[in-house]
Amino acid sequence: MHVDKYEQVWIRISIFVLVVFTLAVLTATVSAGIQVPGVEGRVDPNLITTPGASPWAAPSVRELAPGKYEAYVLAQIWRFDPGEIRIPAGSEITFYVTSKDVQHGLKIMDTNINMMILPGQVSKLKTTFNNPGTYDVVCHEYCGIGHHTMYGQIIVEATADTTTTE
Amino acid sequence: MSVQSISQPIAATSGAKTAAERFSLENRLSAWQIGIAMSALSLGIFLGIMQGLEHAGIDLYSYIRPAFQSYYQGLTIHGVLNALVWTTFFITGFFTTAITRSLDLPISKPWLAKLGFGMMVVGLLMTAYPLFANLATVLYTFYPPLQAHWSFYLGLTLIVVGSWVAGYAFYFTYGAWRKENKGVKTPFIALAALITMVMWQIATLGVAVEILAMLLPWSLGLLPGTDALLGRTLFWYTGHPLVYFWLLPAYLSWYGMVPKQAGGKLFSENLARLVFWLFLILSTPVGFHHQYTDPGIPQGWKMLHGLFTYGVAFPSLLTAFTIAASLETGGRARGGKGWFGWIRKLPWNNPSFTAQNFAMILFAFGGISGVTNASYSMNLAVHNTTWMPGHFHLTVGSATTLTFMGIAYWLVPMLSGRQLFSPKAALAQAWTWLFGMIFFSNGMHMLGLHFGAPRRTMLGAAPYRDAAWNPLLMESLLGVTILTISATLFFYVIIMTVLAGKKAKEPVEMPIAESLDDSPTPAWLDRWRGWVYGAVALVILAYGPMLYVLVNEMQLIPLPPGFRVW
Ligand code: HEM
Ligand SMILES: [Cu+2]
Repeated sequence: MHVDKYEQVWIRISIFVLVVFTLAVLTATVSAGIQVPGVEGRVDPNLITTPGASPWAAPSVRELAPGKYEAYVLAQIWRFDPGEIRIPAGSEITFYVTSKDVQHGLKIMDTNINMMILPGQVSKLKTTFNNPGTYDVVCHEYCGIGHHTMYGQIIVEATADTTTTE
Repeated sequence: MSVQSISQPIAATSGAKTAAERFSLENRLSAWQIGIAMSALSLGIFLGIMQGLEHAGIDLYSYIRPAFQSYYQGLTIHGVLNALVWTTFFITGFFTTAITRSLDLPISKPWLAKLGFGMMVVGLLMTAYPLFANLATVLYTFYPPLQAHWSFYLGLTLIVVGSWVAGYAFYFTYGAWRKENKGVKTPFIALAALITMVMWQIATLGVAVEILAMLLPWSLGLLPGTDALLGRTLFWYTGHPLVYFWLLPAYLSWYGMVPKQAGGKLFSENLARLVFWLFLILSTPVGFHHQYTDPGIPQGWKMLHGLFTYGVAFPSLLTAFTIAASLETGGRARGGKGWFGWIRKLPWNNPSFTAQNFAMILFAFGGISGVTNASYSMNLAVHNTTWMPGHFHLTVGSATTLTFMGIAYWLVPMLSGRQLFSPKAALAQAWTWLFGMIFFSNGMHMLGLHFGAPRRTMLGAAPYRDAAWNPLLMESLLGVTILTISATLFFYVIIMTVLAGKKAKEPVEMPIAESLDDSPTPAWLDRWRGWVYGAVALVILAYGPMLYVLVNEMQLIPLPPGFRVW
């Protein structure tokens, strides 16, 4: 098949660029530790609020060790439970989130946490909050007429070593 | 071995009949399909404008109640009418003309074409009823366990299956042509359109299974529940190739028609053919890139689909070169000199050309933001933010829509036998779409990237809305305003052409670009079997194992009866 010589050059450049992109993504993922949700197993949304049947029956934040937290968050129309989470600056926190009803989304502003929340599935991601402040947690998947009111907050409190002394 | 080119197909058999007589059924079918498509678009765009205003804090929904109950009902209708109805109806209508003129052969089984069209119309009515009755406010992705009225699911299925049947009518016509033209290479336009239809049949299997095996029986009470992740996976199996179904007809026009309108030739027809075949095999096995942030799908599978996604970017990169080179042949044939002088000589006073050229420019931006979305890592920053509507208003909302508008500027005169009413207004339409879309889309992109503002959200009423968002919302409002002018001009020109256009002195003909390169076409670029097998094999490889797992683990999650969230 005849291919024009400039077009051949273009084809080589295109392939080269795509290979570079691929490698860039691969390295970014590995070296920067980019994480997306994976397989965490299924839960039964019918039992989710039965006391004792699942950690989401009493959604809460637990301190595992100093500066290490895990949060079990339940999404439902149209709120996150717990709606407010307080942790000290510098903490690492792992989120385990599922839905009691329809699909939801969860994005924590100014962080890398962005995931879909599905009934029957657990979405897990972790992050570290270094800067004190209030972070909005926003539902980003349509979940009904009150979808735009569905949000929560994470309040990262200054600790002795993060506050500037006056 | 290579296939011969056609010299002058069938000219002898057409005898004394004029094109209008030979193709009267095709013209009527096309006209109806395109008319329905445009009506859908007019309402769809109206609702889009309402959304844009709402984001900027101008909530006009109280004025259109009770016709539309809520922002979200409007958004569902905007998505369904624009992304599904306008595109599918326009494409079948356009292809009815494109395939038959390119083969110079009327449809060989008219009843099949009519049946397909009839199914699409019935499907549209069945979809429309629950949408307007606010019984299907589930957005155009209808993710379970949001439950719509059964008529919504059945209607969508009929639209899709109707378009398959329309496709069968094309295949039979092609078969009839092939019998008469053994060893002749398929004309490019017909081949591109047929490949698109075959890709569409493979691609829509996912959503067909989702609806017929899960959502429809569930909405009728025959199935106790649904599985959210399985539903999403089947949806996105179709959802990504869906975007190529929107794009390939535009590519067809850019390769096969626009060079002619620009006074030039198609630069490398053989590569153009290769591009369409590559889309056939690469369009489908990439759907997980829409599910990067989903739980329950292993990271490895997401990564694999991400890599295939870069593969499917390759034919688009090829397209960029070939189209630019083809336009250059046009500009130079019209006397353009120097590196860039040819650009000025292109027919910028022809609205059909200009609209499609701007569609290409907007698509270049859309392609860049698309590559960002596709990368596994950057997707996290923008997933489900307003970056996404920013992106796809450049692709389906411009590359496709503005190209179809450009096509309409010759196709509507051809079908109606009337001259285009006010080419000046049509030109102004193309320019306003270009600038309106630049502002609208840039505002949305940046709002998502910098502030993470969520999409599919009544932002004007959101409690977390921040004053810092305002400048970008104002930019997008400016875009919406200019787009409103543009859309008004479009419908004005089309309606006036049909109702008050001057009778055309000479029949308008479909532009068919000649090939610049007359080297022979290798036979493998005109044979179906290997490519279709390849496409199916890649689909099985990319989806088989995961679907097997998901079906095995399926949980049918019931919701309380009558659970309705809107
Ligand atoms: C020309 C005027 C248009 C305006 C002002 C407009 C405006 C908008 C806005 C503001 C959104 C985002 C809503 C949200 O996320 O909450 C949106 C969504 C959307 N638009 Fe448009 N649009 C226009 C034309 C189009 C066209 C021509 C198409 C396709 C052919 C299109 C397809 C879509 C789709 C598929 C969505 C996503 C719906 C969803 O998230 O469920 N729009 N539009
Ligand atoms: Cu939600």
